[in-house]
Amino acid sequence: MTAVKSRKAQLGPAEVKAELLAKYPPKVARKRSKQIMINEALENGTPEITANVRTIPGIITMRGCTYAGCKGVIMGPTRDIVNLVHGPIGCSFYAWLTRRNQTDPGPEGPDGENFMTYAFSTDMQEQDIIFGGEKKLAAAIQEAYDLFHPKSIAVFATCPVGLIGDDIHTVSRQMKEKLGDCNVYAFSCEGYKGVSQSAGHHIANNQVFKHIVGVDDRPVEGKYKISLLGEYNIGGDGFEIDRIFKKCGITNIATFSGNSTYKQFATAHQADLNAVMCHRSINYVADMMETKFGIPWIKVNFIGAKATAKSLRKIAAYFEDKELIDRVEAVIAEEMPEVEAAVAEILPRTEGKTAMMFVGGSRAHHYNELFKEMGMKTISAGYEFGHRDDYEGRRVIPTIEVDADSRNIEEIEVEADATRFKPRKTAEAMQALEAAGAVKFKDYEGLAPDMEAGTLIIDDLNQHEAETLVKLLKPDIFCAGIKEKFSIQKLGIPMKQLHSYDSGGPYAGFQGAVNFYKEIDRLVNSKVWSYMKAPWQENPQLSGAYVWE
Amino acid sequence: MLLRHTPKEITERSALTINPAKTCQPIGAMYAALGIHGCLPHSHGSQGCCAYHRSALTRHYKEPVSAATSSFTEGSSVFGGQANLMQAFSNIFTVYNPEIIAVHTTCLSETIGDDLPQIRKKAIAEGKIPEGKYVISASTPSYAGSHVTGFSNMVKAMTELAEPTGKKNGKVNLIPGWVEPCDMEELKRLSKLMGVGTIMFPDTSGVLNTPLTGEYKMFPDGGVTIAELKSTADSIGTIALGEWCSGDAARELDSKHKVPCKVLDMPFGLKATDRFVDALHKMAGVNVPEEIMVERGQLVDLISDMHQYFYHKKVALAGDPDQLIAMTEFLVSIDMCPVHIVTGTPGKKFEKRIKELTAGMPYQVNVRAKGDFFLLHQWMKNEPVDLLISNTYGKYIARDEDVPFLRWGFPILDRQGHQYFPTVGYKGGLRLLEKILTLLLDRKDRDDTEMKFELVL
Repeated sequence: MTAVKSRKAQLGPAEVKAELLAKYPPKVARKRSKQIMINEALENGTPEITANVRTIPGIITMRGCTYAGCKGVIMGPTRDIVNLVHGPIGCSFYAWLTRRNQTDPGPEGPDGENFMTYAFSTDMQEQDIIFGGEKKLAAAIQEAYDLFHPKSIAVFATCPVGLIGDDIHTVSRQMKEKLGDCNVYAFSCEGYKGVSQSAGHHIANNQVFKHIVGVDDRPVEGKYKISLLGEYNIGGDGFEIDRIFKKCGITNIATFSGNSTYKQFATAHQADLNAVMCHRSINYVADMMETKFGIPWIKVNFIGAKATAKSLRKIAAYFEDKELIDRVEAVIAEEMPEVEAAVAEILPRTEGKTAMMFVGGSRAHHYNELFKEMGMKTISAGYEFGHRDDYEGRRVIPTIEVDADSRNIEEIEVEADATRFKPRKTAEAMQALEAAGAVKFKDYEGLAPDMEAGTLIIDDLNQHEAETLVKLLKPDIFCAGIKEKFSIQKLGIPMKQLHSYDSGGPYAGFQGAVNFYKEIDRLVNSKVWSYMKAPWQENPQLSGAYVWE
Repeated sequence: MLLRHTPKEITERSALTINPAKTCQPIGAMYAALGIHGCLPHSHGSQGCCAYHRSALTRHYKEPVSAATSSFTEGSSVFGGQANLMQAFSNIFTVYNPEIIAVHTTCLSETIGDDLPQIRKKAIAEGKIPEGKYVISASTPSYAGSHVTGFSNMVKAMTELAEPTGKKNGKVNLIPGWVEPCDMEELKRLSKLMGVGTIMFPDTSGVLNTPLTGEYKMFPDGGVTIAELKSTADSIGTIALGEWCSGDAARELDSKHKVPCKVLDMPFGLKATDRFVDALHKMAGVNVPEEIMVERGQLVDLISDMHQYFYHKKVALAGDPDQLIAMTEFLVSIDMCPVHIVTGTPGKKFEKRIKELTAGMPYQVNVRAKGDFFLLHQWMKNEPVDLLISNTYGKYIARDEDVPFLRWGFPILDRQGHQYFPTVGYKGGLRLLEKILTLLLDRKDRDDTEMKFELVL
């Protein structure tokens, strides 16, 4: 029970938007106005939102940087690659075990390679800034190789590297040649590139695709081979999805990149379908794999029990194989009773409650499904670094203009592989599947169509807006990250971290849904929110008392 | 094994740091700035730094940590970040209205050579800083020193505000160093018991340990006020705790405003607390009250009562120089044996001081400034210990080597209590000992055979 009285019906979205903008200098107000969209949920599309533009200095953004998007998000979770950060110590320190990419050391057991618990850095010093850090980087690669003999070393640039002109790509190529049995490559993911983590995703996608995907042609055995793209195994999400795949008889060759290995990336070109979870971070690899190897991709979502069932059915429909279709139905039938029982139990306590979600680039959409299953409504949502296609759907991609701040993010040209390009299905077969409504290829409709009319969709939410929104609309739960958590809770509003899951999880798949229902039930019904006022504050009138003589 | 690739055999590394025992300067500057009342820390660099530093501090304190950033783009990284900072000033004062903005830099703005004092001058000239509001700045290049250096640089920047009036205020400036808000409270409590008026800076008590009331204050009630910072120039003296954290600021007040200073060790443990209390008593010319004598006596009593469990137990330590020096002295003073000690923070003086403190111990002592957790782990594999004391990152080593583990220092990401229960002073000494004892006795209870299992210990 929350101590704050609900005020949600009192203000219309236009009034709320005006309130959010009221305090800003005129220039800032104009800019922010375009990043705050009142969702009209029209069938033919939604109003346009401005996204993926530079952050306003001093506004107290939630955003991070390109290095975080590249090393922290995409490359960090791969357990057998030594991720060497070329820079002063901070970047390496802060990305050391702070994202909860869980890892199974693999069939090799305790001897398996697992560098997840290590942070590797060249720890640049003043003299490296002055005289250049290339020699130190080469030496660090050698030392890492001598100590660990990894199959691969990835080098990450940080802010000063680009400025002082260290050529990390040449150093990496030279060390790769020198070492012989270790694939060394580099990422120019300096923190100032682009406007957010998003540029780092793109840079990571390009280099993974160029340097790893497809380097291992040794056949991967298994039926219904897919890769799961954009799933980072936070709190064991990937484990739960893999459990379900296994039960269905689906072979997941590679997860990009939760609980992944170098070999998974290297053989990923052998999959017959790419299933994309996080569209923002990995759609580049999905597109490039289609062009180069002929692997189609579909958008999936394993957050929410119904969404999970729907995604499994899409995969089964794609393979057009009765055995798989039946197996998937059997698995859903087996898993759903527990989910339904959990919903039945919590629904009386969650139904009608409201949520707000401001998470990176995909979860603000994915978790909508889970809240719907609990009878809860998302009244406001947005991304830190989504692009317009994540809000409005991929149909708007042709109209997106790349602005000056993101122009220098490399777009790589990909062609069909001369020997290995193999369309998995004919164009006709794909059209037939789409016509039957079973799957849509290379399609993502974005967050906006799933949000109700009159809800507020806000890009790059900042501290001032978060506080104002919460005060005006009093949601029953607010979902974002660690930086927002405690300021929201001080306001007496339960806060759920949807990056780290507050050490909980998994929330994906069927078991994950059950975990999430219980967690939200616990949060919105916790007694703690009723303790903020002391008895003498709740009943402030002065009263006399007899003094016993 | 979580750190299965760490070999026992030690090879020298010249270029590769693995599992650092330090982080970079700006986070220290951010933490220090939060100890000023009404202050918004500002990170002049690309926004990733600011996000990381806020997150790390928040994970440690479980409290909101607000800070703004200049949000450099590629353009500003090439042509300079002046326009970003000017915009930031105007947005911050309009939207968030702090009393003061404390700007620090990152490796980005330092490499391109942005001149903060010049930008601030321009901002003042152009009226970007409203009447009665302040901006201070510290240069905090991440490629020099560590988070401790950044803390020290921002504390030193606070002395810019000092303004002598010619009339002494009768107070002692107390620079507590990088300790928890509860430690700062404890130091104020001791000063108050002695009847000494103090100006503590920075002071994060009341800022990073605020109550849950249904109201969020971006600028909580705590923190040293600007008026107090101005008044530091009129104090009778300065006591600075920790050479690495607080020495520079104290000496700055001494050389600029003739406020005499005494730089002491951080008051962790018996002897360092003795020196702190003694210095305060001498500087302020006050007596040490009976209450403090009782606290001291209780600590000595606990040491004598439980000495059998401490005696000659070997300890490995990782952390920051000021804290480690005091902890090493404390452990030696109760006849424990710190045998492996690393800090990531550079400074030859550190190794020298530790060697002095551990001279005459019955074991060889390994000590390294600019060391890392990887090296510490290797040392532990070669010479096992009975206890590991470090920040949270030590838990991986503790689990692999099955060693009792005391979380102490920064950051502690996985336990509560450190923000509420001090470890400085005699009371803090009692708490440190209680924690160490509990760890050692829990281990004894776990390891003893059923025949040897005891009720009374």
